[in-house]
Amino acid sequence: MWQDFPLFPPSASTNSGAIDGIYLYLILVSVFFGLLIAGLIVFFSIRYRRRHAAERGAYIHGSVPLEIFWTSIPLGIAMVAFAWGAVVYFDASKPPADVMDVYVTGKQWMWRLQHPQGQREINDLHVPIGQPVRLTMTSEDVIHSFFIPAFRMKRDVLPGRYTETWFEATKPGEYHIFCAEYCGAKHSEMIGTIYVLEPEEYEQWLSGAPAGETPVAAGAKLFEAQRCDTCHGTQSGARGPDLAGRFGTGVRLDNGRNVVFDEAYVRESILRPQSKISAGFEPLMPTYEGQIGEEQILQIIAYLKSIADDGGKAQ
Amino acid sequence: MSADTKRAAAPEPNYITANYGIKSWLLTTDHKRIGLLYLISISVFFFIGGAFAVLIRMELLTPEGDLVDSETYNKLFTQHGLIMIFFFLVPSIPAVLGNFLLPIMLGAKDLAFPRINLLSWYVYTVGGLVTLYATATGGVDTGWTFYTPYSSTYANTQVMYTAVGVFITGFSSILTGLNFIVTTHKMRAPGLTWFRLPLFVWAQYATSLIMVLGTPVLAITILLVALERGLGIGIFDPKLGGDPLLFQHLFWFYSHPAVYIMILPGMGVISEVISCFARKRVFGYGFIAFSSLAIAVLGFLVWGHHMFTSGQSVYAGLVFSFLTMVVAIPSAVKVFNWIATLYKGSISFETPMLYALGFIGLFTIGGLTGIFLGTLALDVHVHDTYFVVAHFHYVMVGGMVMAYLAGIHFWWPKITGRMYPETIAKFAAVVIFIGFNLTFFPQFLLGYVGMPRRYHAYPEEFQVLNVMSTAGASILGIGYLIPMGYLVWSLWWGKVAAANPWRAKGLEWEVPSPPPTFNFDQTPVVTEEAYAYAADDSFVETEAAKPPTYPSDPKVGADS
Repeated sequence: MWQDFPLFPPSASTNSGAIDGIYLYLILVSVFFGLLIAGLIVFFSIRYRRRHAAERGAYIHGSVPLEIFWTSIPLGIAMVAFAWGAVVYFDASKPPADVMDVYVTGKQWMWRLQHPQGQREINDLHVPIGQPVRLTMTSEDVIHSFFIPAFRMKRDVLPGRYTETWFEATKPGEYHIFCAEYCGAKHSEMIGTIYVLEPEEYEQWLSGAPAGETPVAAGAKLFEAQRCDTCHGTQSGARGPDLAGRFGTGVRLDNGRNVVFDEAYVRESILRPQSKISAGFEPLMPTYEGQIGEEQILQIIAYLKSIADDGGKAQ
Repeated sequence: MSADTKRAAAPEPNYITANYGIKSWLLTTDHKRIGLLYLISISVFFFIGGAFAVLIRMELLTPEGDLVDSETYNKLFTQHGLIMIFFFLVPSIPAVLGNFLLPIMLGAKDLAFPRINLLSWYVYTVGGLVTLYATATGGVDTGWTFYTPYSSTYANTQVMYTAVGVFITGFSSILTGLNFIVTTHKMRAPGLTWFRLPLFVWAQYATSLIMVLGTPVLAITILLVALERGLGIGIFDPKLGGDPLLFQHLFWFYSHPAVYIMILPGMGVISEVISCFARKRVFGYGFIAFSSLAIAVLGFLVWGHHMFTSGQSVYAGLVFSFLTMVVAIPSAVKVFNWIATLYKGSISFETPMLYALGFIGLFTIGGLTGIFLGTLALDVHVHDTYFVVAHFHYVMVGGMVMAYLAGIHFWWPKITGRMYPETIAKFAAVVIFIGFNLTFFPQFLLGYVGMPRRYHAYPEEFQVLNVMSTAGASILGIGYLIPMGYLVWSLWWGKVAAANPWRAKGLEWEVPSPPPTFNFDQTPVVTEEAYAYAADDSFVETEAAKPPTYPSDPKVGADS
């Protein structure tokens, strides 16, 4: 019976309990006020029902103390919800240090996911318990939203941008992945399954699944194949900035502005290289729009991230 | 003022009998006739939008998408939303009841700009016809929210015609809002100070402010979508160098205040109805009046709470969440003041009062679940699920439609000169209340379990709750057909209504039912505050004379 009449989705991430806690708090508040208001309506309706045709109500103007009372109590209760929700939201916005990076590309109407070891999946995702997983996501067409109810986690996936979210699964099992942002005809078919495995099982799955190149290796290969290295390599001289050690640092532009060398900056520089030029360089780079897909850009980003650490030491 | 003068030999012509012929209606500048034109138009749209809802709920009876294909399903929920929001909810109370009542409540002969008022109905009708043309020639599948770049680049449906229809209709809102604001400022009767105004007028005034300030932003947004879609100018689609989130900011900058356009007038109706059927001055008049203005102003500052998962900055989320909590408070204040109005009242339970009490309960649930959605971390989970659908319908259907029905029944005698049949009307109110809760309460549960909105097919474990919802929807659908039937019936066979069948206070009850074309023979002079039930001596005279027979004969004393 209760499987047919679910009240909660499975609770399978480190974040689920906190969200359910806020939910229960607000349910308690709602039940209290709902019963209070319904009870008062019923009580007054009976107690002050009209007893003869000429009866009138008492003359009561209002009461400032009462107004203050029933303004401040709900405000206080709402502020607790606000603060609690904000704390959990902020905590959930920062992934821990030891995350495993999974790259997600959404398109009408499928999810493509790639593991750091190179395994690719479509609509499904295998993850181990106890391991924080960061999703870096983008869309090839319209807005999608990556939603795992069991993890109480949802993040929109936008074209032309990268969004990030993370989770740490706590309970082995199979859970739904939904697209939560309406994306066209087969929106309700853009669903999949997340398989949460024990770490050993996950290792087993990894070794069994055909591992292509890792995103980093693929990105390194692309970096060469697209001749990025001729201008952006260590030995290239002055045509373009050396990209080793750059990811995550600040970039000074030729117009004096400062931007961060992040996923969005890499993507923009590949597709629209003229829009933000590093100070001291000529705007020589051609656009790669149409020659390189979203997944390939993600691989180049993965590669640039991997050589960021080397640069960190060199500085 | 007494109504018995109209019983003399030949009845004075009223606004309905003053002129005959189709031209006298289509070229009328009488605010009351224009109100009726709106009533007919929005009723047509309500039943079209309702038919789409019926099809949606039938499809969702089973997990598989088996009744219609997914393209059709997407068009169904899109058309349902568009028609209900832009062509029913937004104009419902302002354009029908507001048009009819505002000038009379102010003691005026008409609105400030009667011809602009007629123009607004034509603009609305043209926009409606263009949208219906789009519906008939294939429909649109973007969702009523038109999110880009799906709407601007990817959708292959009638986006352009629909956008043009909504764009045009927006101007009718702006014109109505403008008319109401000017009328309220300039045409109040002598003695009718701001703080003697009925709260219905305050609510219409606050609504008009939002209409005038918010609707142009919607027009601009739609225009930008059309420019991108038609001419390929990159505004929202990143492939053309645009920003898809820009659309969401612009859209919700109008569309969040728009939900207050939809609910505030309903709150105005509730204040009138509760006061009348409790025969008591509204408790905390000033607080209710200013809470309407507070909602109108704060409502413009919370649009970002639709975007907590969108990739908007977490700090922006923080501010929008905070302001969302604040905007909830004026609504709570109203609810508590209505409850306090019942205290030591003299309460009777005619149909309008049943709807009003139902409104308070359902709006409370709708409002409280708004707090759930305004809470950052919790919204991440329930955003874009059926929880949102349930919340929205509790406010818009449980709130606004209940308030609209309360108002229609309350002023029906004034509008038509006929009484509706009380017993069947009470029965319908109960049916609607039950059907509504059975339809939408399970959707809260569905949402938390994780069913996304706008899903044509869904996993099996969601079926039981969906079946409950569909069962409720069929009860609700029948509930809405009953008033349609008996209200039309009453036009010919209903009891003739007295000028003031409820013994209510307010200028509209001092003119005959239906009122004459220019409402008042002489401009009334107002000498008392609104809802002065306690000061009305006509009650005292009958108090001794009438034995307590009231409940069995609600018409007693109606004409005194």
